[in-house]
Amino acid sequence: MSQLAVNLPGLQLKNPIMPASGCFGFGREYSQFYDLSTLGSIMIKATTVEPRFGNPTPRVAETTAGMLNAIGLQNPGLKKVINEELAWLDQFDVPIIANVAGSLEEDYIEVAREISKVSNVHALELNISCPNVKTGGIAFGTIPEVAKELTKKVKEVSSVPVYVKLSPNVSNIVEMAKAVEAGGADGLTMINTLIGMRLDLKTGKPVLANNTGGLSGPAIKPVAIRMIYEVSQHVNIPIIGMGGVQSAEDVIEFFYAGASAVAVGTANFVDPLVCPKIIEELPALLDELGFDHISECTGRSWKKNEKLAYHRA
Amino acid sequence: MIRNEECIVLSNQEIAHNIFELTLKGELVQQMNEPGQFVHLKVSGSVDPLLRRPISIAKIDQENNMFTMIFRAEGNGTKLLAQKKVGDVVDVLGPLGNGFPVEEAKAGSTALLVGGGIGVPPLYELSLRLKERNVNVIHVLGFATKDAVFYEEKFSELGETYVVTVDGSHGEKGFVTDVISAQNLSFDTLYTCGPTPMLRALEATYPEKNVYLSLEERMGCGIGACFACVCRTQDDPTGYTYKKVCTDGPVFKGGEVLI
Ligand SMILES: Cc1cc2nc3c(=O)[nH]c(=O)nc-3n(C[C@H](O)[C@H](O)[C@H](O)COP(=O)(O)OP(=O)(O)OC[C@H]3O[C@@H](n4cnc5c(N)ncnc54)[C@H](O)[C@@H]3O)c2cc1C
Ligand SMILES: Cc1cc2nc3c(=O)[nH]c(=O)nc-3n(C[C@H](O)[C@H](O)[C@H](O)COP(=O)(O)O)c2cc1C
Ligand code: FES
Repeated sequence: MSQLAVNLPGLQLKNPIMPASGCFGFGREYSQFYDLSTLGSIMIKATTVEPRFGNPTPRVAETTAGMLNAIGLQNPGLKKVINEELAWLDQFDVPIIANVAGSLEEDYIEVAREISKVSNVHALELNISCPNVKTGGIAFGTIPEVAKELTKKVKEVSSVPVYVKLSPNVSNIVEMAKAVEAGGADGLTMINTLIGMRLDLKTGKPVLANNTGGLSGPAIKPVAIRMIYEVSQHVNIPIIGMGGVQSAEDVIEFFYAGASAVAVGTANFVDPLVCPKIIEELPALLDELGFDHISECTGRSWKKNEKLAYHRA
Repeated sequence: MIRNEECIVLSNQEIAHNIFELTLKGELVQQMNEPGQFVHLKVSGSVDPLLRRPISIAKIDQENNMFTMIFRAEGNGTKLLAQKKVGDVVDVLGPLGNGFPVEEAKAGSTALLVGGGIGVPPLYELSLRLKERNVNVIHVLGFATKDAVFYEEKFSELGETYVVTVDGSHGEKGFVTDVISAQNLSFDTLYTCGPTPMLRALEATYPEKNVYLSLEERMGCGIGACFACVCRTQDDPTGYTYKKVCTDGPVFKGGEVLI
């Protein structure tokens, strides 16, 4: 097991695999399939101060090797998340990363302050990148100065380390990453979904009631890899990578790009057991590739003078 | 309990134009206890199509670990499913959701089962179960055209059966609601599955009856985790109250959710 253990700010993980926010609810459904304590961590569904109903349906549409979603951050609100969901999750031996969302700066601050006090919340994931809400969210995620300021304010009130979730819907992701690092972010999570659209062949109209939605799944993996590759060379904080991960091989590729842990989103819908399967398969894959520990893989794509991994082949 | 299992194809036949009857074998049949539940099928081992497809359970045979589905080959996923051969495996997640409550129909009472198109299949197992409980069953089955009609005989063996086609090419002409009023059908409990306009019309016509409707919605996970399939409730139409079609449904009591 120690082959997989990783330490990140606030997070001592038995393995670097965790379900991505919004793709795992608050864990209850998946606990029917396996013991959630096998996971490295759980990124829970975005939480806002007040409950949110979200967008009208259809909220999802399939695309080639991917899907679009426009859920609209539906969640039961801060109070219920703390009293019901986080309390329920406390029975498992797994650190939680709480995904914090909002429309206004005050919303983020309030959620961050309160949720970071909960004992099983070991880190926050500041969601400044949701493409499916009309206000807030996205502006915080596309203007470096605004993102930096928000990060700073959330850091001031948070009792645990703060990771900022970056949007791929920007022209310069390195600039965004540097800005939130300057704002005091302890780590980055990337990438959130790419904005996309599908039109119905018969009606000619958008399939999603929200018109546009966030693209996720295997289709976005190359974009995620490229962005992590670029960002990891320009910041000194760790990255939790995500975007289309389905297998142990994908996880290693994210590490090579520069990630220090990996989250699995859409793949949970296809195979509810995907996370434990990946965790189980990783040690043999590391052995095969000649690594003693998974952290040796981080940044391999750009690090100079590393011994060639494949020496045992 | 929900299971994830590779089930084996026992048969897959086209029983009407583009309508396939697929029978699978697997241990998870032991978990299937209610008519109206559905399964989530992975139709290909590749990433395209990526998502599972929700399909209703049409017949359960627990003794032989077999269950049957009836589906229309329409888009990418269902077309691939139509190509499955005897002996192939299909990755099945299920059974999912809450089905039709058979205990709501008392022995000796009459249940009206109304289906539209690919909403007809789950009514078959329902009808079998109701018959077992000595409930009189009347079926009204609506289809687009004659070549889309299926299971007319099978339903007729269980009870009075009316078939309706939109173009009148088979059975009565018009919509299911036309036949119910023209035939003056009387009943105690109404169970229905089919296109939303049909469900809406039935719910509005029989507000005083015991009505159960099976809904369809686009799904992501099928198990309640992604919030793709939510609908609003009638007593809180603009608030935060919601129901998930995949886990709270797909069958709801009339008057419960906004359709
Ligand atoms: C609870 C439930 C039970 C169902 N039972 C049956 C059944 O017994 N027989 C049958 O033929 N069909 C049934 N359907 C509809 C069936 O799921 C769709 O026809 C099927 O998903 C279409 O897939 P496709 O690959 O042909 O179409 P595509 O257009 O390629 O599908 C694209 C995406 O849209 C989704 N989608 C498309 N149409 C529907 C729809 N009507 N409802 C939900 N999702 C849809 C697909 O699942 C997929 O994610 C049921 C749907 C639900 C929700
Ligand atoms: C249905 C759905 C809901 C999501 N909800 C959230 C959310 O609430 N907060 C968030 O930060 N990201 C959310 N995401 C984005 C994922 O966490 C992840 O960043 C993205 O889907 C890429 O990973 P994947 O390709 O493995 O799914 C959601 C994604 C999906 C598909
Ligand atoms: S389909 Fe995911 S919650 Fe219903």
